[in-house]
Amino acid sequence: MNIIIKTTLILSTLAISTQAMAKVNIFACEPEWAALAKEIGGNHIKVKSATTGLQDPHHIQARPSLLARARRADMLVCTGAELEVGWLPILLQKTGNPKIQPGQPGYFMATRAVRLLDIPSKLDRSQGDVHAAGNPHIQTDPRRIAKVAKALSTRLSQIDPSHAADYAKNYNDFNQRWTKAMQGWQQQAKALRGKSIVVQHKSWVYLEDWLGLKEIATLELKPGVPATTSHLSKVMGLAKSQHASAIIYVAYQSPKSANWLASKSGVTAIKLPFTVSGTPKANDLFSLFDDTITRLTQVIK
Amino acid sequence: MKKIIAASLCLATITPAWAESTAELKQQIEQLKKDNAAQIQALESRIEAAENNAVSQPATSTTAKQNSFNPAISLILNGSYSSYSQNPDDYTLPGFALGTEAGLEKEGFSLGESEITLSANTDQHWRGQMTLSFADDSGETSTEVEEAYIETLGLDNGLTVRAGRFFSGVGYLNGKHAHAWNFNDAPLLYRGLFGNQIKQDGLRLNWALPTDQYIELGLEAGNGQNFPAGGSHGGLGDWAAFIKTGGDIGDSASWQLGLSHYQADNIDGRKATTHSFSGDSKMNGLDVVYKWSPNGNDTERSLVLQSEYFQRDENGTVTATGVGSSSIDTNQKGWYAEGIYKFKPHWRTGLRYDRLTSNNTGDNTATLQQVGLLDEGHDPHRSSAMLEWIPSEFSRIRLQVNHDNSTRDSDNQVILQYTQALGSHGAHQF
Repeated sequence: MNIIIKTTLILSTLAISTQAMAKVNIFACEPEWAALAKEIGGNHIKVKSATTGLQDPHHIQARPSLLARARRADMLVCTGAELEVGWLPILLQKTGNPKIQPGQPGYFMATRAVRLLDIPSKLDRSQGDVHAAGNPHIQTDPRRIAKVAKALSTRLSQIDPSHAADYAKNYNDFNQRWTKAMQGWQQQAKALRGKSIVVQHKSWVYLEDWLGLKEIATLELKPGVPATTSHLSKVMGLAKSQHASAIIYVAYQSPKSANWLASKSGVTAIKLPFTVSGTPKANDLFSLFDDTITRLTQVIK
Repeated sequence: MKKIIAASLCLATITPAWAESTAELKQQIEQLKKDNAAQIQALESRIEAAENNAVSQPATSTTAKQNSFNPAISLILNGSYSSYSQNPDDYTLPGFALGTEAGLEKEGFSLGESEITLSANTDQHWRGQMTLSFADDSGETSTEVEEAYIETLGLDNGLTVRAGRFFSGVGYLNGKHAHAWNFNDAPLLYRGLFGNQIKQDGLRLNWALPTDQYIELGLEAGNGQNFPAGGSHGGLGDWAAFIKTGGDIGDSASWQLGLSHYQADNIDGRKATTHSFSGDSKMNGLDVVYKWSPNGNDTERSLVLQSEYFQRDENGTVTATGVGSSSIDTNQKGWYAEGIYKFKPHWRTGLRYDRLTSNNTGDNTATLQQVGLLDEGHDPHRSSAMLEWIPSEFSRIRLQVNHDNSTRDSDNQVILQYTQALGSHGAHQF
């Protein structure tokens, strides 16, 4: 009898402690949101990103390892705005995980927390790979990341109310460090204001919005549509006449057209990390912007 | 001296006035500073608010339209031009029964199979999907319900239930629509054993296990009216079970392995092009897929290797009008292997090899021979090559060449095909 009571007690304490130890299992679609989840969630969560900084998050497939992870996830932290439209719906359908279905607290889309730019007035695929909700690449603007951080801390508290105080504390701590870091980056990037740049793909509208960079042309003919020779020579003309300061491309994109234009026009091509793990130095959100601003200011003076 | 004193006196009288105005000025300056500070602060907070506004999500005013709840529509337009050195109407696979849908595309220009898919969530529990396909059957356009099913939404514990008509989950290619295949035509194994593609009218239960390793179990029960089953059944006509597992190898590669079993007992008069079959049929198969791209980024280069093997045992009776009947005991096997390489953005090329073998016996060899169920000492095989131009996610043009030895008379086939996807965004299935 005694043994039974003891065992029950031990088992119930074990059950309670495992419950207390259970971490919120987060499925992040992109590395920047995995990094942000770590900042806000601290040690109450575990997170893994579905993509790396060297992959285009629009083009991956719903592969078996992702199905297994989505099956066990308590929460999705993704970009939304159709960036993951090719594979995320399949993961939701095939795993049938009720916690992460649209409309549930576990379905967190970062673009819902910020104002989007480039919302097309007309939806027509002859215009290339257009996103109806607007440009999804919001992680290049730290002000928008701050907004997402706030929304994420609120959402985490909703999913895991027992640690709500910690999430609020982590957010405040992050926000303070982030605001200070942002001031530093803005100071460092003062010289970039008003400078003209050529970009590979429309990946940088939010960075331009933040730093006051002026995009004069894209190397792609239309979003997702490769450049033609005549288009490239037009861009070269623009780069010269409008005194472009740099050509910018994402780590996962081919540098071919950017390098071609650089060699023809004398304008330097810069590879930027775009997200955490895009370059070796971009280890977290802070070093992502340290590296981005450093790479930009080394060329644009 | 007097003058100086007078002047000093004058100054002295002036001084208070001057001093007074300085104080006033100072005060005014202070006031200005104060005002400015307030103004500067006001401006600063306005800038902050504007910045905030610039990055914050505006309160969205969504106006509900009449068509807001319409299903997502995806239209697949598919057409081809085919050229054969043999007459496609004479096409056979010795040792295998060709289902009524299995055969060659007609020669010359052909509409192929164009299809339209509608899908939406029904309510909080279900989603529904239907695919209608349009094909040309000797000059007449036929419409077919390719798939029409409902499926549970977030049933929990990794369970999904599907009911209606759907492509069976056995094998790797079978569950995918033909326009998502890497070649224009079905592998010989699909043609010979599946009647091109196994369709179920029934129920499916899927269970994704809560393991780190992806493991999915599937169980299907059907009414057994579609090839390789046939005839009508009051209850269970055919059933299938499969298990799939897979994972990643680093960031660059991933794989999937599947095992399948399909069984139909008491098939009653299954129609094939030359005869009808009654009896039992069962199949076992293995499928494996490996995908690679540098750092897992397939926009520049990628490699897909896939292979499937199936083996089928059938026992029963073959009947052909005007020919007679025979008992039959089959041992039919087939496999294919294909490799697809994306060598630059928007361009892919691939090779495929198919082979079938059979060893069928029965009490009336003459009948079996006449209906084409004896291998006549020949293993059907085929080699194919293709080149694709994929200008966007939504369109593809493919040139395919087959050296087809389905029979002893080899056939050289050239197929030029377009496929376009209009409407809702396609799915990136593994």
